[in-house]
Amino acid sequence: MTKLSSPPAVSGLAKGLTSLCLGVGVLLALFIVARTTSSAMAFHGYIMIIAFTLGIVAIINLGFGKGGHITAEASPAGVYYNDAVIKAGVIASAFWGIAAFLAGIFIAWQLAFPVLDFDLPWTNFGRLRPLHTSAAIFAFGGNVLIATSFYVVQRTCKARLAGEIAPWFVFWGYQLFIVLAATGYLLGITQSKEYAEPEWYVDIWLTIVWVVYLLVFLGTLMRRKEPHIYVANWFYLAFIITIAMLHLINNLAVPVSFAEPKSYSLFPGVQDALVQWWYGHNAVGFFLTAGFLGIMYYFIPKRAERPVYSYRLSIVHFWSLIFIYIWAGPHHLLYTALPEWTQTLGMTFSIILWMPSWGGMINGLMTLSGAWDKLRTDPVLKMMMVSVAFYGMSTFEGPMMAIKAVNGLSHYTNWTIGHVHSGTLGWVSYVSFGALYCLVPWLWKRKELYSIKLVNIHFWISTVGIVLYITSMWVAGIMQGLMWRAYDSLGFLKYSFVETVEAMHPYYIIRATGGVLFLLGALIMVYNLWKTARGAGAAVPITQAVPAE
Amino acid sequence: MLFKHENFEKNSIFLVVGILIVIAIGGIIEISPLFYLQNTIEKVKGMRPYTPLELAGRNIFIREGCYLCHSQMIRSTRDEVERYGHYSLAAESMYDHPFQWGSERTGPDLARVGKKYSDSWHQEHMHDPRAVVPESVMPGYPFLAKNDLDYRMIGADLLANQRVGVPYTDEEIKYAAADLKAQLDEDSDGYDAFIKRYPGAQVRDFDGNPKKISELDAVIAYLQMLGTLVDFSIYNDAENDR
Repeated sequence: MTKLSSPPAVSGLAKGLTSLCLGVGVLLALFIVARTTSSAMAFHGYIMIIAFTLGIVAIINLGFGKGGHITAEASPAGVYYNDAVIKAGVIASAFWGIAAFLAGIFIAWQLAFPVLDFDLPWTNFGRLRPLHTSAAIFAFGGNVLIATSFYVVQRTCKARLAGEIAPWFVFWGYQLFIVLAATGYLLGITQSKEYAEPEWYVDIWLTIVWVVYLLVFLGTLMRRKEPHIYVANWFYLAFIITIAMLHLINNLAVPVSFAEPKSYSLFPGVQDALVQWWYGHNAVGFFLTAGFLGIMYYFIPKRAERPVYSYRLSIVHFWSLIFIYIWAGPHHLLYTALPEWTQTLGMTFSIILWMPSWGGMINGLMTLSGAWDKLRTDPVLKMMMVSVAFYGMSTFEGPMMAIKAVNGLSHYTNWTIGHVHSGTLGWVSYVSFGALYCLVPWLWKRKELYSIKLVNIHFWISTVGIVLYITSMWVAGIMQGLMWRAYDSLGFLKYSFVETVEAMHPYYIIRATGGVLFLLGALIMVYNLWKTARGAGAAVPITQAVPAE
Repeated sequence: MLFKHENFEKNSIFLVVGILIVIAIGGIIEISPLFYLQNTIEKVKGMRPYTPLELAGRNIFIREGCYLCHSQMIRSTRDEVERYGHYSLAAESMYDHPFQWGSERTGPDLARVGKKYSDSWHQEHMHDPRAVVPESVMPGYPFLAKNDLDYRMIGADLLANQRVGVPYTDEEIKYAAADLKAQLDEDSDGYDAFIKRYPGAQVRDFDGNPKKISELDAVIAYLQMLGTLVDFSIYNDAENDR
């Protein structure tokens, strides 16, 4: 590709086609508003009309600078990277992260003090819990993944993102998905499949956004000036493709009508359960693992200024991880009405999964060979290394809990909640925080962060929070499981169910306190990032352009 | 040289195809047999599709996210069977779109809660859980008794279920709204036709307020039928061993 003297112009055809599609969207939304019997669906119709109209206005008026270009500065490599959309993604990640943690803390206190449910439809635990999980996984995690993947794919390919409107469509389309999903839960729109709660029309919207995301990513890979596709991009690509497959199949459903939110899953009972947990576990495997391993494979070597420990291990790690993960779903259904052979198969692969997981962990940790001293001076690197350690811990705990005998005790208890949070707080959030701490100075062209000391404070407060969270849930969960199966000397069940509920109370309080500490740490991060972007303190602007390549 | 890893690293389409093949295998081998292996669903007597009122109640159960704290899947362990009753069968959720097995027991399992408590217990419990169970952490749902049940789309609900394989007859779809009302009143004109279509269904005013068809009517009708359909006196464990 020849060197450009300015960023590429936005093609008129693309502008016209996008406006046309958004216009069709407005018409469909108008039709829904006119026909629906559901006020919640009408509300969603209005949101869609506003969002699509704003999209058309933006295409006509905004965001394209003078002369139909999206403004960008040339990098030393001569590439006009599309960094504006990544900056937007960083801001969205920070915003949704705080929102997700707040929702989590609120529902944690609700379990300790049910008066906080307020006996209203839109504030009860049942409607807020999907709000928390979706905000954490899809709003926070998803924005981090989209932003970092756009950064990594451009830098490792030495090419500008494919498309001019398309990356922005992915960003704003994804935010619309989040808003529709979240408001839907509060209004009682859900299909009750965990981590796939949004109804059919929101699923269709996400499918459109996701296909464009895949095309942007793949298009950028095809433009690359490096002969090899860097390992981080394999993981991002596997994440995007697999999530598309899982999303499409798990959400197959027949809507009651074109204008009604309700739909009925295509699959019945036992088949539906297995499809759901094939989806559910691989949402963990590909959204919360493969995608974030992409972050690990780029940001840790970059920050440590060391190459990835073993190239061969990367290859083995990648293929074995994505092959084995897909089989692990049935461990969510042990001792249930799922046929025995499926349960055994799921358990077996879950145990095997330990190996590729730890292969990845070793590859991440050992990247610090020869640079371990940096852990003393760089709390950002420390945070990312601890995230890999947490990854190792929860990918040991997971296979263990997938063993039928252990699962017999742990299933349905708070142990599962503790396990999930050692992964999401310890691994996913920490590696995301690390990436955000790296990205803000790089994108806003600052020499370093506003305050390294604050990063250290964030690290310790959050770590104490995580430890409180997971230890309280271990104790609570194991106690719960043991109480359910306890017998007295006459051979009767020793505890009524409600006695086990009562026993959870102190642990619910400890857990919620841990959550508050974790949020406090995240707020410190947001303050630090904000000051960095503003150029305060040590974050002096770089006058000579030397961005990370 | 197809098997040199370099090929995947230098050609993005190769990489895409490679990923697709590798991630598809597990699902194909593990999930698809469930759709054709005969012994996946046990042979039982008594299963029938939900009545329109029960289905409406189930949809409210889903809407409020009850499944997030209450499982409907009794595992085949001694303590569970003693606490909740016979372990759940795959056949018992064969008409469930979606399934409601759940993943957490912040509250107790509900797979066999039907007929265990009186309607008035449920009415009070939904209004204020701590009035009947002081240690409970369940949210109160006083609005269910106040809200009129919206059943304008109930026929379309049954039709959508028919489309995904639930054996509702065209007649059942046609009279869905009438059947919904008939289940609330034994003396109504529609009663005879209703009980012929759904033999054994429980018929009464569930929310204790005969003047109103409330969301609570539907929810309690659903809760009171959970786990009551299969006749376990003639169920053969050994025959259905998988």
